[in-house]
Amino acid sequence: MISQQVVLSNRAGMHARPATLLVNKAGEFKSEIFFEKDRDRVSSKSVLGIIALGLSYDSTLKIIADGEDEQEALSALVELFENKFYED
Amino acid sequence: MKTFTVLNLLETETGEHNTLKLTCFAGKDGLGREIGKQNIYRPGLALSGFFDGFADKAIQVFGRGETAYLQKLQGENSAASLKKFFGFSIPCCAFSYNHRPNETFIALARESGCPLLSTAASTEELILTLYRILGKVFSENITCHGTMVEVFGIGVLIRGKSGIGKSEAALELIQRGHRLVADDAVRITCLYNSALEGTGLNEEAAYHMEIRGLGIINIFELYGAGAVRNGKEIQMIVDLEEWDPEQICDRIGDTEIYEELLGVRVPRIRLQVKPGRNIPIIVEAAAMNQRLKKMGRFSARSFIQNQLHQREARV
Repeated sequence: MISQQVVLSNRAGMHARPATLLVNKAGEFKSEIFFEKDRDRVSSKSVLGIIALGLSYDSTLKIIADGEDEQEALSALVELFENKFYED
Repeated sequence: MKTFTVLNLLETETGEHNTLKLTCFAGKDGLGREIGKQNIYRPGLALSGFFDGFADKAIQVFGRGETAYLQKLQGENSAASLKKFFGFSIPCCAFSYNHRPNETFIALARESGCPLLSTAASTEELILTLYRILGKVFSENITCHGTMVEVFGIGVLIRGKSGIGKSEAALELIQRGHRLVADDAVRITCLYNSALEGTGLNEEAAYHMEIRGLGIINIFELYGAGAVRNGKEIQMIVDLEEWDPEQICDRIGDTEIYEELLGVRVPRIRLQVKPGRNIPIIVEAAAMNQRLKKMGRFSARSFIQNQLHQREARV
């Protein structure tokens, strides 16, 4: 199991569009992926769960991946955050 | 855990029942101070200069006794203990019966940036309300992947792997007149060490559900105010599992399985999912059965009992 902290740098925060991108990307991998903010942990398969974390600009999020392709999954998801979900 | 400030306390109180109608009459600069303890302190001893065991992170409640003592202090030259009192970074002082302290006290509070609150309510009402609010704030909580609904008044937490049909089962239950509490992510809070409360994570996602093929739908707008609620005690857990003919499932149901969450035991049932097995109906029946058990009737056990009685009668 591996994890990494990321910072959300979208001005608009985590709304439906980036959340969907995140779920779709996470769905491409076999690993179990979770997102964690403070003590709340949600499944990567749930758009509503991710929105419910209430991530705004500059919030920190922990991505946790567990499975055979965890490394690839983690770097693909981190890349989305680094590219601001191709927004802004 | 997020810090809980005096301002948060005032917001919670006005937002919930507003029985206290707390007002801040001095030291507004300090409204951002953190309340660090669930405990509530009566500062009588501290005012008289005894600071051992002083709970400086707790709300200081001034009732009749403390206020009367403050009046007495005024006459004598006792600013020293008050200065020492405000030397601690206490979150706030709350006065019952609309009592106001003397000018020296107010001036010292202003100087140190300690908010002074007052309410017309009695001391016991003030303390009880504060304990109720702080009890919720300082209670342990976890988040769980699942959907929560209220079925016949029983709070049911439906869990299971993604795609097994938790939301679909909940949607059908809502169609049948039951209520949605939270979808996808449920915050479970342990109240008074004896009950679990399930709520949504935040207001943004409240009343919404995600249904594969439909996307995000608003239950409040689709089914009305009667189809949603904000929080409910978790009284039953339903685990949806994939159909597995190998697995032995409970055929009689005379033994109850429990799961311990945050130290509280909750009855749990496991349901295997298969096309043609109507999960919402089974959940409904399970909730109804749970109600029956609460009323002292245990169908499976009385069935066995009755059967034994009839056998004996025949012999």
